[in-house]
Amino acid sequence: MNNKGTTYSLALTVLILILIGANLFFGSVNIPAEAIIDTLLGKEVEKASWSFIVWEARVPQALTALLCGAALAGSGLMLQTAFNNPLAGPSILGINSGASLGVALVMLAFGGTIATAGVTLSSFFSIVVGAFIGSMVVMGLILFFSTLIKSNIMLLITGIMIGYITSSAISLLNFFATAEGVHSYMIWGMGNFSGVSLEQLPYFAMFTLSGLVLAILLIKPLNAMLLGTRYAENLGVNIKRTRNLLLISTGILTAITTAFCGPVSFIGLAVPHIARLMLGTSNHNSLLPVTLLTGSVVALLCNLICILPGESGIIPLNAVTPVLGAPVIIYVIINQRRIQYFN
Amino acid sequence: MEKKVVIQGQDLCIGYRTGKQEKMVHEHLDFELRAGELTCLLGANGAGKSTLLRTLSASQPSLGGDLKMLGKPLKDYTEKERSRTIGVVLTDKTFAGGLSVYELVALGRQPHTGFFGRLTKEDKQIVQEAMENVGIAHKARNYVAELSDGERQKVMIAKALVQECPLILLDEPTAFLDVVSRIEIMHLLHRLAIEQQKAILLSTHDIEQALVLADRLWLLTKGEGLQCGVTEDLILSHRMDSLFTHRDIRFDYDHGVYYPTVKGQKKIVVESEDKTLLHWTINALNRHGYRCVSIPQEGVPHIRVLSAKEIQICLHGQNHTCTSFEELLGRL
Repeated sequence: MNNKGTTYSLALTVLILILIGANLFFGSVNIPAEAIIDTLLGKEVEKASWSFIVWEARVPQALTALLCGAALAGSGLMLQTAFNNPLAGPSILGINSGASLGVALVMLAFGGTIATAGVTLSSFFSIVVGAFIGSMVVMGLILFFSTLIKSNIMLLITGIMIGYITSSAISLLNFFATAEGVHSYMIWGMGNFSGVSLEQLPYFAMFTLSGLVLAILLIKPLNAMLLGTRYAENLGVNIKRTRNLLLISTGILTAITTAFCGPVSFIGLAVPHIARLMLGTSNHNSLLPVTLLTGSVVALLCNLICILPGESGIIPLNAVTPVLGAPVIIYVIINQRRIQYFN
Repeated sequence: MEKKVVIQGQDLCIGYRTGKQEKMVHEHLDFELRAGELTCLLGANGAGKSTLLRTLSASQPSLGGDLKMLGKPLKDYTEKERSRTIGVVLTDKTFAGGLSVYELVALGRQPHTGFFGRLTKEDKQIVQEAMENVGIAHKARNYVAELSDGERQKVMIAKALVQECPLILLDEPTAFLDVVSRIEIMHLLHRLAIEQQKAILLSTHDIEQALVLADRLWLLTKGEGLQCGVTEDLILSHRMDSLFTHRDIRFDYDHGVYYPTVKGQKKIVVESEDKTLLHWTINALNRHGYRCVSIPQEGVPHIRVLSAKEIQICLHGQNHTCTSFEELLGRL
């Protein structure tokens, strides 16, 4: 990692700590700051409900946002490099709708509702597996089409089409589901970081971190792939194996986040651009760590915005992420002639 | 002194294999590439140049025959070994605009670096030397996106150099370049072949430069397969005539270029003391459909070129003196 990469990483880590703090101190229930600190230090506080809210809602929510942001941004970056397409991302390529379909199928098989809230630990794994298979199937399809379709834009459009097909399959499932299930699915589809309970958090973290570690192990071949597959091959990169590992890594990351937080849009697409613009390099040695950290920052920030209304409720996550993400993409497209990594 | 053979093909058959079907492009190819020599692969579009290069770089398997790299069959090389033996420069679009020149060249060290691609002091030294060798060191910190096409090509050549391969294959490295960059790149490759004792093979349509700088030529045609030899041997045994089968094209042995065949019916006599004047006068007349002869004939217009500003013409028994080719061509 170069000096700039280290500087940004440190600054982003500080920012993450501040944002985690903010996420713990603010919420729909007003809790005094001292009470929160006492709770975190394990002391008794005035109201038992405060301690419950901090440990069962705020802590898991902040940590989920932290991991989700990194996971989505990381898989976005890997997809953009793997497809040599700066506009690729898990939501654009339909990968998270694949994961959604997997979740929906599992939920239906397990009892009719497509809700993720309040699931037991045993169904936790089946949901993850369902989401993983769903996202892998879509990734596999996209990879297959990428061998037939050379134009990047056409491939993106194909991805969007696959996304539509999986969405309509989900709608069909909804049609047969109970009214309650449909309602929960709607809520889930809006996205939120509160879907992981404290009990599930260690498993959630384990899956996410394993995907992220795999991503970090792929830094060297990812750099070679910037030159295109034939050059990468000539540099000794085993393209088939690297593609499979990328498939597994992005599959795990997209699956786990989608299963529990809903199909969160734009973080995967926009954050790698923010990181590249900040760093001014496509070199994954520094780009990947900075992308992961920026993803966490953006996710924590989004979560903070979601809980801004305080006692009157929570803004859906997917109402916030496009507002932050879409302008970045528009900026990048307008300025693509000036931006090095497009040329 | 016998130079070391780097890659050798015997009775090689190249082509594509899709499923069980084989589409053969060429068979019975015999060739050798030697260290310290620049070899140019010439051939018409569709002659199979890229297929041959892809087979040599092991991007696609051969369909039959022997292909040996430094005495060992190419198919027995592992990916890692291959990446240290064959460096390629392709016409593929890259997506490395956001890397600096230094970073891109350093990617060429990947076959030699460890799991995370960390560069040692020695690696950095090699990268620096390669950039100096191709003359791009002054732009080491620039983004690849900021370079001209010629500079990008130099960066890719530097990338191939730091791979430290005995063989470098280049697929039309001068394709999109202007004439200055074309000459520069060809000279660079010729120099590198000698200085670093590399075997360099490049495909090109730039026949003029190839004839000047190539130590050997490989002529690839659909009809006669691959003909290899020292440039002058091939030219003087009239191998260049069959390179392009088109009948409206002929090879000019005096100038080493291809010309369209003159189709004109009108004859004209041209004479001049000066070879350059004669050449360009014939050039102008050919373009206007005249076939030029040197022996005077009855009833045939006669041109005598004294200088570029003094051209005598005898037309229908009348003599004129023209002061420019514009005037001459106007009179005809």
